[in-house]
Amino acid sequence: MDFLNALVALTNFVIIPATAYGSQLALGALGVTLIYGILRFSNFAHGDTMAFGAMVTILVTWAFQKMGVSIAPLPTALLALPFGIAATAALVIGTDRAVYRFYREKKAAPVTLVIVSMGVMFVMNGLVRFIIGVDDQRFGDGARFIISARDFKEMTGLREGLAIKTSAGLTIITAVIVVAALFWFLNKTRTGKSMRAYSDNEDLALLSGINPERVVMVTWLIVAALATIAGTLYGLDKSFKPFTYFQLLLPIFASAIVGGLGNPLGAIAGGFLIAYSEVAVTYAWKKVLTYSLPESFAPEGLAQLLSTDYKHAVSFVILIIVLLFKPTGLFKGKSV
Amino acid sequence: MRKLLLATTAAITTAGAAMAGGHMKDVTIGVLVAFTGPLESLAPPIAEGAELAIKEVNDSGKFVDGGVITPVRGDSTCVDAGAATAAAERLITAEGASAIMGAMCSGATGAVFTNVSRPNGILQISPSATSPGLTALEDDNLFFRLAPSDARQGEVMTDVIMDKGFKEVALTYTNNDYGKGLADSFQSAFEAAGGTVTISAAHEDGKSDYSAEVGALASAGGEVLVVAGYADQGGAGVIQAALDSGAFDTFVLPDGMVTSALTDRFGADLDGSFGQNPSASGDAAASYEQMAEAAGFDGSSPYAKEGYDSAALIMLAMHATGSTEGKVLAEKVWELANGPGEKIYPGELGKAMEILSAGGAIDYEGASSVNLIGPGEASGSYREIVVEGGEIKEVGFR
Repeated sequence: MDFLNALVALTNFVIIPATAYGSQLALGALGVTLIYGILRFSNFAHGDTMAFGAMVTILVTWAFQKMGVSIAPLPTALLALPFGIAATAALVIGTDRAVYRFYREKKAAPVTLVIVSMGVMFVMNGLVRFIIGVDDQRFGDGARFIISARDFKEMTGLREGLAIKTSAGLTIITAVIVVAALFWFLNKTRTGKSMRAYSDNEDLALLSGINPERVVMVTWLIVAALATIAGTLYGLDKSFKPFTYFQLLLPIFASAIVGGLGNPLGAIAGGFLIAYSEVAVTYAWKKVLTYSLPESFAPEGLAQLLSTDYKHAVSFVILIIVLLFKPTGLFKGKSV
Repeated sequence: MRKLLLATTAAITTAGAAMAGGHMKDVTIGVLVAFTGPLESLAPPIAEGAELAIKEVNDSGKFVDGGVITPVRGDSTCVDAGAATAAAERLITAEGASAIMGAMCSGATGAVFTNVSRPNGILQISPSATSPGLTALEDDNLFFRLAPSDARQGEVMTDVIMDKGFKEVALTYTNNDYGKGLADSFQSAFEAAGGTVTISAAHEDGKSDYSAEVGALASAGGEVLVVAGYADQGGAGVIQAALDSGAFDTFVLPDGMVTSALTDRFGADLDGSFGQNPSASGDAAASYEQMAEAAGFDGSSPYAKEGYDSAALIMLAMHATGSTEGKVLAEKVWELANGPGEKIYPGELGKAMEILSAGGAIDYEGASSVNLIGPGEASGSYREIVVEGGEIKEVGFR
């Protein structure tokens, strides 16, 4: 019985939040890694692309809510997602035409493109703040919980509760579907294969008649979809505030680099690794240990490795360790 | 030509000095509160309270030398001491404010006083800064606050929790002067009374996700969670995460959390939670709330009464001394606030000025039963509240 309580407490406070957060990071890191693999630069504007996508989705969600359109118990935001993706795709492809293409044609060094992407980041940053403001926006509706802590306690008679938020469940399921679709696309379709070819060796790909502009456009389309989905899910699960998307950039890049830049599988593994480490290292293990250990071994203190203030530091540390010992990341990516 | 320019400049300078040195006539008072930032929902009633007092004095037409008082607003932002200092600087140098009503949050208040008010020798009265740290502030006696120190709130909160029979609490505070000061004073008071604080953990404002913080709090355990934070910020985020994960369902809410913004967001989910905020009871408070309602704002919002009283005390001191010099005013504030003399309640500022003009003495009570102790801070009475049916209900005073 006590072991069960320990398991429930662990699931409630570590496994579920970390899995949801990991899925959000993985989706974000996939976008970063695709750009790195195919367009060959680190896109610093990715966090703000997510914010832009989420913002459009929120605006459309509000419009739907006003009109009374709903797909309860699922959040209306899911219905608004395609609009968000379309707007974001238009924005990033427009940016590519106006900004990135110029540097690509000049065959600019990757570091130039990184700086350019920072400029784009600031513009998008301002755009989002200008349209929706800097404050917290709430747009979630539909059922709040798949199972709430109180119901779980009543159902099982355990002392610990287990809560699964609809948004967390939704995040995980959506992430699985999106990742599966992406891998199918990259491995099975002609366009996907041409993208991989372009990524592996640009010159050979051009020789075999692959249209580079088409590859670039499809990449941006996919990135727009990934960013919007990741941004909306993060906003649904936590809250939408432009600044937090800017902050998300660090764990997202850490995930992509740890997994191996340019390697989609690595981005996913990296996302979960970072998320689990952040949550597990800053979690106070007292409760779980008290339940699972014999009474005489129960800890007096909180059994917390790091205070929660240092959450973001965890991704830094992992990043440094990986870069020191395995510069190409856990899965073989390109070296940075 | 050059001589002409010089002469003109000199003439303008002397003219300016002559005007400044003359009798006070028209006065500007800075209303410096946190219109943006984590306590933005509390700011408007405080500013409107101060402006209500100023309007009352102007309407009576009895201010010394028939002068008119103009309020100027500034934004102290609560968390950004640099922005608060810049705003205060602007009020004094550009707008010519001769006293400051503000700032709201403890960190900003300390910064504004040390960097602007004290060097300029200006009287500053804060309606709401509560950090125990401000008690020891070197202030040349120029600084007052009508909010009691959180050292006192810690004791009151301990009594409230103990009376409900809770002995074990988890504690989280917003990581700044206010949060840390309140958390420390509460923890020592609670432990002295025989209670246990299982964990005292800081949270940062402005994050989107507090599940990690709540995980640590839940693991430490406790019957209730004390949230010494801000209702528009991390405080609400922590409550959200705690409710979502089922970690706690009863919360103790100190002054920064007692606002309808919180109940609007969580509604009946907060039922059973309780707390306290500094507030006066009795007829004076009730009549002030009516005045506020007539003026179109909520007079029962935390520190709205203190906003009125802060501005009133500044103006009465100016009226009584006929001066705008900080040192002179500050001495008078003590006398006006603690009596002896005719007691003055809200809406009686005109009467107070008449008494003072006639050479009489007053004891300013105001809306919040002003009584200054120690280095110029309110002794403080607290309103105890519970949340019932998604509404904040007053249950008594301590």
